Amino acid sequence: MALLDVREVTMKFGELVANDKVSFTVEAGTIVGLIGPNGAGKTTLFNCISGLYKPTYGRIFFDGDDITGCTPYEIARKGAVRTFQVVRPLKDMTVFDNVLVGAFLKCPDNREAFERAAECIHICKLERFQKKMAGELSIGGKKRLEMARALATKPKLLMLDEVMAGLTTTEINASVEVIRHLRENGMTIMIVEHVMEGIMPIADKMVVLDGGVKIAEDAPSVIANDERVIEAYLGAKYSQRFKAIRGDEIHG
Amino acid sequence: MVKALKEKSLSGKDAAWLGFIVVLLVLPLIPAFVSNSFRMHVMILILLFASMAQAWNIIGGYCGQVSFGHSVFFGIGAYGAGMAVVTYGGTPWPGILIGMFAAAAVAIVISYPCFKLSGHYFAIATFAIVEIFNRGFLVWDWIGGALGLDYPMIKEGLNNLMWHNSKIGYYYCALVIFIVIFGVVRWLEGHRFGYYMRAVREGQETAESLGVNSTAIKLTAMALSAAMAALCGAFFVQYNLRVDPPMVMSLDTSMKFVLVTILGGSGTLVGPLLGAAVLIPLQEYTRAFWGGLGGGVDLIIFGLLIIIMVVKQPAGIIGIFFYLKKQFTKRKRLVKGVEHNGAP
Repeated sequence: MALLDVREVTMKFGELVANDKVSFTVEAGTIVGLIGPNGAGKTTLFNCISGLYKPTYGRIFFDGDDITGCTPYEIARKGAVRTFQVVRPLKDMTVFDNVLVGAFLKCPDNREAFERAAECIHICKLERFQKKMAGELSIGGKKRLEMARALATKPKLLMLDEVMAGLTTTEINASVEVIRHLRENGMTIMIVEHVMEGIMPIADKMVVLDGGVKIAEDAPSVIANDERVIEAYLGAKYSQRFKAIRGDEIHG
Repeated sequence: MVKALKEKSLSGKDAAWLGFIVVLLVLPLIPAFVSNSFRMHVMILILLFASMAQAWNIIGGYCGQVSFGHSVFFGIGAYGAGMAVVTYGGTPWPGILIGMFAAAAVAIVISYPCFKLSGHYFAIATFAIVEIFNRGFLVWDWIGGALGLDYPMIKEGLNNLMWHNSKIGYYYCALVIFIVIFGVVRWLEGHRFGYYMRAVREGQETAESLGVNSTAIKLTAMALSAAMAALCGAFFVQYNLRVDPPMVMSLDTSMKFVLVTILGGSGTLVGPLLGAAVLIPLQEYTRAFWGGLGGGVDLIIFGLLIIIMVVKQPAGIIGIFFYLKKQFTKRKRLVKGVEHNGAP
């Protein structure tokens, strides 16, 4: 049985249909990438899964339980923890204390929680900043802080919402490094991402949304050659050029 | 790695603890040096207001929910003790406990709907609650109505929590309350609940995404804060030997809870003590010396101080210390840098 099972989730805001009968599964131990152009409904879907929105229609199962309509903290306690695309550091707390708040979820004991927080700060390479106020970090640091904080809760499913968007190449590499490390330790991860070079090499499966509808669900190598996906992303004209380039590659 | 981190953070913590222990050692000795009754009165009020502010600090400072309703809990505590003595002719002790539980219960009942509101709207709702309770208590005969409760002359001592000839008993009583409340907050600061409170203050949605039930945290913090405020109220009535609704359940009293904390530095352990140590002497001495000018001079100075503080140092008096510390470390680093440059 899949760890996360999204069944025909539909989310309407008045007349606007942000997600239309989206279904997919996330198997334990895999990395699933959720991609799509701007406004495709990726973050809305994330919000539905993490309990920020209650879907208009459809059901979401996590670890065998129906979590449709549960509150965000209930879902987090069950083990599905997310980060935010627009970073939300707890500004007037230190970086370490931020991570500590996450660590307290599964380690109520102070000593254990401190150790867990230190471990996650190490994984996300935030040691240098741990005594700084979270509000003072650079954007790359804040994105890694989001990851460290979610990671500290010992989640079964880590949901990352655009943790690489707007970063420099070095910072992207640092983030990819972190995700690789997590995957080696058997963490199940779901990533919303725009940065293709970041997500393609690490994902086991890609789910593509366009206009609120799922248009593809397959391995990254297949997705990269899927015409509908290329069209949705780049437009038909570019899609032709893309094919030409790829043709060169194949011949070369 | 964890070890290194702990060692580093110890030095700062040690200093804070040392300061706190020194204060705790000095405070009990004060009656030996201060014989003047008025000065004792000021000292008692400083301890009382520091405790009140610290009680407010739990929900207002750490948890970030600015409540103007704390005079209600203060009043409930005062009436708890007052009625045990005046209406039922017993010792105030059971009344104090009942008052604390009643205040916590009332806090939960009125906060639950209020917490659905956020930010300024929460503050406005708590304003309204003070007025409702004030009017309600004024016409409620069972608790004494507008006349209030006047204490009879009964035997002094710990049993009746009352002293007639000297203020030393009251002083130590206030000191115990001060230590209890500051101790509770100090403990909370370093444990899960304290971190969760601050997380809720800094970002409720973020906290929820990490598995924090923010409503439960806010309600618990409010109940705890209200019970502490009620304890202070009980002491107040024992010290004053009289209570009526406008004395305790007024916006004036509510404002004191808020202003003392904010002036000292909200969300910090020593802030409430600093605030009370500055504001209370100011208030009492201006009232004593310039009270004849027509009343309210102390409030004018109070107001001026708050304006200056809000404009110049929004973090409160403790912000000045943080600023000085930062300047100091900066200079130290500069000096070190020069040394490094000097050595080839």
